[in-house]
Amino acid sequence: MVANNINENELAAQLKIKLGEDLSITEDKYFTMLNIAPGRLLALMQLLKAEYGFDQLSNLTSVDFVETFEVVYHLYSIASHAKICVKTRIPADNPQVESVVDIWPGADWQEREVYDLMGIIFTGHPNLIRVLLPDDFEGHPLRKDFVRKEPGADA
Amino acid sequence: MALDIETDTDVNELAQHNILVTTFEKLWNWGRSWSFWPLNYGCNCCPIEVMAAGAARFDQARFGYEVVRAVPRQADLLTVAGPITLKMKPAVERVWAQMPEPKWVIAFGNCAISGGPFRDGYSILPGVDSIIPVDIYIPGCPVRPEAYFHAMLELQKKVQKGDYRRG
Amino acid sequence: MLDTDKYTVNVGPVHPSTHGGLHVEAIMDGEIIEDVIVHLGYVHRSVEKIAESKTYYQFAPYTARLDYLATNLPVMGYCQAVEKLTGIQVPERAEYIRIIMAELSRIASHQIAIAATGIDLGATTGLMYAMRDRERIMDIFSMTGGQRLLSSYIRIGGVAADIPDDFIPQVRAFVADIPRMIEEYNSLMTGNEIWAARMKGVGVLKAEDAVAYSVTGPNLRASGIDFDLRKADPYSIYDRFDFNIPVRQEGDSMARWEVRIEEIAESGKIIEQALQQLPAGEFMSKVPKNLKPEAGAEVFHHIESSKGELGYYIVSDGSTKPYRLHVRAPSFINLMVLPLICRGGVFQDIITNIATLDPILGESDR
Repeated sequence: MVANNINENELAAQLKIKLGEDLSITEDKYFTMLNIAPGRLLALMQLLKAEYGFDQLSNLTSVDFVETFEVVYHLYSIASHAKICVKTRIPADNPQVESVVDIWPGADWQEREVYDLMGIIFTGHPNLIRVLLPDDFEGHPLRKDFVRKEPGADA
Repeated sequence: MALDIETDTDVNELAQHNILVTTFEKLWNWGRSWSFWPLNYGCNCCPIEVMAAGAARFDQARFGYEVVRAVPRQADLLTVAGPITLKMKPAVERVWAQMPEPKWVIAFGNCAISGGPFRDGYSILPGVDSIIPVDIYIPGCPVRPEAYFHAMLELQKKVQKGDYRRG
Repeated sequence: MLDTDKYTVNVGPVHPSTHGGLHVEAIMDGEIIEDVIVHLGYVHRSVEKIAESKTYYQFAPYTARLDYLATNLPVMGYCQAVEKLTGIQVPERAEYIRIIMAELSRIASHQIAIAATGIDLGATTGLMYAMRDRERIMDIFSMTGGQRLLSSYIRIGGVAADIPDDFIPQVRAFVADIPRMIEEYNSLMTGNEIWAARMKGVGVLKAEDAVAYSVTGPNLRASGIDFDLRKADPYSIYDRFDFNIPVRQEGDSMARWEVRIEEIAESGKIIEQALQQLPAGEFMSKVPKNLKPEAGAEVFHHIESSKGELGYYIVSDGSTKPYRLHVRAPSFINLMVLPLICRGGVFQDIITNIATLDPILGESDR
């Protein structure tokens, strides 16, 4: 049950009406997935937080599908214990997506980590710098085309 | 007692002085080996076993290791427990350089010896001996406190024999 | 009036009180903290990339090295995530044994939190008492998995072997002793005047900030939010046990400390009930030699670890190795509020706040 006392199917139906073609809905045994076009991501996220009570951004990560990147968000509602998954696909030659830091401050370091390890730019992020790797590290290691250099080889 | 190194008797006196110095050296080494002052260093799972070795059941104080110092200038033993990441490398080098001589290093656990299970990664150095000289290697993942004591006793033997670098 | 200077003090990464390699840059105005900048990555071991080159079975020990103080919890979380991905059913007996090991790990982790907070604040005796009690849990882990600290006893499909004969009496004796342990920690530390002066009102985390910053675990519950995944999104067989969720309203360091101590008692209750209900049966289900989940399948499974919400996001491409594995690390996200709760305090409060947020850098940096 989500906020407004509706279940995930009704939620999906209402969102489809509001966002139309840009939203497609899939599901598996555990999650309903809202696949949104990157340009409407912020609109969807604002709706989910403000109107449907998803106040906790549980997980923010990314997957490299070689031609595209997929940014994945898992959201939870503390009050109603509801959960939902949001995904968006961006092209590999221009990996940019809008930051959700203004909606959930908890996205701050998670987006920095995705930038650090996967190289996706989050526009609007106040401090998008590396968080886990040294500042002079070259490349984004979680990408599939990353070539590993022997650490300390040029020490 | 004036010394004149021209005559034989004076050379004997000189030799006697040197023998006295060697005995002092043995005494100092014995003292050092029973009172290492480890630096409070650790990253990752291995230092938890170092903590356990210091706690009541295993009690490293039996071997004189209980004076754990937080400041490198006051420590003489660097137990490198845990992997050395690219970011940690300058910190370890600096801390080791700040320790006064004579100082010793124990490479504690598989990560410190060779990179351990994370060897294939992109951010771990292949062992701490690629950046600082190591005296004792003790393998384990993590190293049991009993194995840590074995390493300590081996280091004691090494120091008592005088088999270490001088500054 | 005294003129104050602005300056920066670095705490760590080599520091006795930073729980691993944590580097905190404190920007001070005289004695008051203006801001705190957290630098992570000193223990970054490229675990998520390594996962892509290991089979699902081979990766399980790496998860133990994430949160190495409560090792059975991350391993159980990973095995459950893979079981969800592949549809493997775990036998009843193994489920109960896993719960017992998981709750013992939670107690061990909280005991280290107590020990570390003790020594960080100067109470060395607290370290000794908590570590002494934790050694009994290490004995139980040695008995079952052969390893004290990084036990790989929990495997995909169940547990590695059946419990030995001495297991139940030893665990029962430990659980019976928990009230005495808590009494000792409280009389040594909690009730102490100096302890209260250093912890009460220090590092207050407001409830709305905790939720906004995705803080989870005892830190969230100490700020007044009653949210524990074992009740909010039950997994395994947690819904069969009767236990409470300790919650405090103050949100300060003392509240976080008290929540952890109470959680030890609640875990004891769960273990006692699990021992009573433990059925006979298999300890491991039949699992394929080459585990190949369906191509394109994905799972996000999260558990209530001792530090907070520990999640695994796994994407499969149909081979024996994960295509992508991401660890949602509670310590990484909980540390985000460190600047928030330190601002306006004095320097030594940084140490108190780090200790009571209880981060573990292995999990935080992966």
